[in-house]
Amino acid sequence: MIWDLHCHLSGVDGRTPDERIAQLMEYADRMGIERLVFFMGMQWSHEPSPDDFRRQNDEVIQALTHWHDRAFGFAYVSPQFVEESLAEIARCIENGPLVGIKLWVAKRCRDEALDAIIERAAALKAAIFQHTWFKGTGNLPGESTPVDLAALAARHPTVRLICGHTGGDWERGIRAIRGHANVSIGTGGFDPTAGMMEMAVRELGPRRILYGSDIGGRSFASQLAKVTGADIPDEARRLILGQNLRRMLLPILREKGIDA
Amino acid sequence: MIDVNVSLSRWPFRRLPDDETPRLVARLKRAGVTQAIAGSFDALLHKDVEGVNRRLAQECRTHGDGLLVPFGCVNPTLPDWQEDVRRCHEVHRMRGIRLHPDYHGYTLDAPEFAELLTLAIKHQLIVQLSVMMEDERTQHPLVQVQAVDTSPLVDVLADHADATLVLLNSQRTVRGEALTRLAEAGNVSFDIAMQESVGGIEKLMKLVPHKRLLFGSHAPLFYLESALLKLQESDLGETIRRAITVENASRLSNSNST
Repeated sequence: MIWDLHCHLSGVDGRTPDERIAQLMEYADRMGIERLVFFMGMQWSHEPSPDDFRRQNDEVIQALTHWHDRAFGFAYVSPQFVEESLAEIARCIENGPLVGIKLWVAKRCRDEALDAIIERAAALKAAIFQHTWFKGTGNLPGESTPVDLAALAARHPTVRLICGHTGGDWERGIRAIRGHANVSIGTGGFDPTAGMMEMAVRELGPRRILYGSDIGGRSFASQLAKVTGADIPDEARRLILGQNLRRMLLPILREKGIDA
Repeated sequence: MIDVNVSLSRWPFRRLPDDETPRLVARLKRAGVTQAIAGSFDALLHKDVEGVNRRLAQECRTHGDGLLVPFGCVNPTLPDWQEDVRRCHEVHRMRGIRLHPDYHGYTLDAPEFAELLTLAIKHQLIVQLSVMMEDERTQHPLVQVQAVDTSPLVDVLADHADATLVLLNSQRTVRGEALTRLAEAGNVSFDIAMQESVGGIEKLMKLVPHKRLLFGSHAPLFYLESALLKLQESDLGETIRRAITVENASRLSNSNST
């Protein structure tokens, strides 16, 4: 069972969300990916206006229309617009089909502006995915590192958070969040550098690791390889490839009556 | 299968699960790799290049189990580098060399690079050019190495039409029309180790003829399975798959054998 935490509608041909997701599903079939989580639309912006993130969420919702049996979506929101983000969570999650939120690079996640968003998402049992990177070449002004996420996690110790990209520089990223049991790592969106998964299992345990690809910019292949190619127990591999994500999403999926 | 992109010895910045040669060879064999072109991680920073190449050749003989083919390093910024080319060819009987202009600090419009290509042609050596070893964003803060600028290559190859060039780890920075122009500029091939995006090899084939694509894993720095799974993700068919995994590399090797 493979569930992919981290999929996008970008980086693939197709004029509409429907065309794009249909193409992506062909590749997913080829790679044995059973369920996929999508967030953000066909065109991105670092600091989206409320109209922009609403448009992007509409595209994701449209993409899911014919794929409810195997695709889920997270709502893209921005701590630059807290009230509008709360309204978007109500529209897309409380009263809509989406099951989590995605926070990108508009504002560093240690900022207390995030607190209301995190609390609302947690109350709905929605998954919370925060992009993180440690870039040796320099982060964007609003781009979080795993250290920022650790600060957020300390303020919300009972809320489960996902450290997107494991910070890219995973040797630093794993260290940054390992003391926070409420943080899991997403393994998508960085090179398939060997030893990453072995260190993650050693330092975090297999239940805090979620496979994701970051398609279409990345391939399923390179990102699956981190799990299938790692020297880890088979039980850990099963947890990472799908069981952990299923366990995380199951409460909200059940509330929405989604069979999983 | 032939893997054109593996490395032996130690990655300078951490230990890797398969950085002992017998383990790497065992993994390659399990994956169905029958031949792998091996460079050395030592080549990145060591200045005793002959020491690096001698150990590489010895390691391939001792632990390669008939599978590893050594490609020595040449650093044309070092004094008397021409002697390293000669030794690769005459002493170690290597079929090719692997260059790291990023770590060695020269550009491809440098006269030494042109001279190196001339010598490689003379000795019928395949030249592998590593465009980068890892994502610039994850490099050690004290060792920030920029990817090789390949833009001078088109002009250089115009004067070295008989050169056989293989670009390793190129697709993060060499993309789109630049990739197509390079393929048209001479006998240039590309490995797939850093090809990303969903259905990546299919996309690559829209820019470069499949006869110019080679199976390269960048193991043990990358999980070998990454390159293997790319063959599954793209809809290649058996003919193209066999070309990329075996025949193209065989043809290169044969065309440069003396």
